[in-house]
Amino acid sequence: MHSTSSVIRFVLIMTSIVAVVLSFMATSLKGIHDTNEAVYNKKAVLAAVKDHIEGDFASLTDEQVASIFDKQIEQKVIDMSGNFIAEADVKSRGYKGGLAEHIDLAKEKKREESDRVLPIYIYTKSSGDKFYVFNVRGNGLWDEIWGNIAFASDVNTIAGVSFDHKAETPGLGAEIKDNKEWASQFIGKKIFATDGEYKSVDVIKGGAKDPVHEVDGISGATITADGVAEMMERGLKYYQPFINSVKKS
Amino acid sequence: MAETTVIKKKESTFAFGKKERKLLVDPLNDNNPITVQVLGICSALAVTTLLNKAIVMSIAVIFVCAFSNLITSILRKSIPKQVRMIVQLIIIAALVTVVELTLKAVDYNVYKELSVFIGLIITNCIVMGRLEAFAMANDPWRSFLDGIGNGVGYGIILIVVAALRELLGKGSLLGYKLLGPTSDYLLTIPGYAPNNLMVLFPSAMFVIGVLIWIHRSFNPKLVDIS
Repeated sequence: MHSTSSVIRFVLIMTSIVAVVLSFMATSLKGIHDTNEAVYNKKAVLAAVKDHIEGDFASLTDEQVASIFDKQIEQKVIDMSGNFIAEADVKSRGYKGGLAEHIDLAKEKKREESDRVLPIYIYTKSSGDKFYVFNVRGNGLWDEIWGNIAFASDVNTIAGVSFDHKAETPGLGAEIKDNKEWASQFIGKKIFATDGEYKSVDVIKGGAKDPVHEVDGISGATITADGVAEMMERGLKYYQPFINSVKKS
Repeated sequence: MAETTVIKKKESTFAFGKKERKLLVDPLNDNNPITVQVLGICSALAVTTLLNKAIVMSIAVIFVCAFSNLITSILRKSIPKQVRMIVQLIIIAALVTVVELTLKAVDYNVYKELSVFIGLIITNCIVMGRLEAFAMANDPWRSFLDGIGNGVGYGIILIVVAALRELLGKGSLLGYKLLGPTSDYLLTIPGYAPNNLMVLFPSAMFVIGVLIWIHRSFNPKLVDIS
């Protein structure tokens, strides 16, 4: 039997060695981790406008994703009344980079609704067409879901969407990300009625009836699909002041 | 015990004889961790929806299993008995964190898909089980082989289950479209619909159950042990 002091000594030495090794590894790999994460997020934004990117989107390399993002996307940050916010103000909110891509909507959700900021990505196609990509975030069945919604230059017609989730069930709720055909239903849908009233796009269980403002649900994933509808309804409404200012200009 | 007397003979530390071979091969068939010992089922259910996830998971478990066995075996004489479980857990957790950090740097997409389950290797019964049952009582070389054997035994089943589930559930393997109703699949069967149930968790239960059945009916040594 070991004495208590030798047990304590053993555990202390052991944990310090493990702690040093792991923290060394974590710090030395941090650079690569951050680049990987940034590319992953950029790819998610570009996925919303993938039909308007030259070449096969799925086979783009990390470098190509970064270069398309840097060259063709203009990043803006707005406050809840639709005004642009300077980089320094974004930095003062705790986002070191100060750009739209650094904003974490999960963190913004914890603030007062009137105090939040929103990222906007303006993608310019080589032909000159402009697309606006907005971020939305909400709740699925098990955990958070989020998405990038791309709009054509009228900021009314959806040009593409890309959704992601933290823990939805594979084959059911996870279809919002995996099933590209389901996501492609959103293309061409409009969020404003002809009289200008905000309607968003609803996800309807049992089949869409309105060809302009509704898409089909996913069988077996009603709660996740309802989450998508709610997240778009609420999330896109936040962008309304900005949309109005674009329409006026 | 008769076995211990054999080891007493002076032999080189890295000998690879019949006993060592048995350590590697036994977990693949007669003593498979999943189909015979029915351990590690939790992760086998969760990560077998796609083949590439299962392959990455297998590699991770082989690595963790082999090196945690090796390290525990090297330390086995100095680990205080009172805290041995906790020490084993620290070793496993450290190795799993190494795997997680490496995967995050090498393939971020797979990391995103697997994230939770890589962390859950810590609770994988196979790893802890081998440390308690083997590494605490055997020399480092044999423990290392035992770890590899058990990791591979786990990995093989994982890969077989995942291949079946991806092929029948999505009609593809490693993302290549093989079986489906439209012409972009290799084998086009008009009107064929992939069985969505295969992608859901219960199907892993069925597949593993059927595998255990097949395994037992082909291996006479496993009949009548319960």
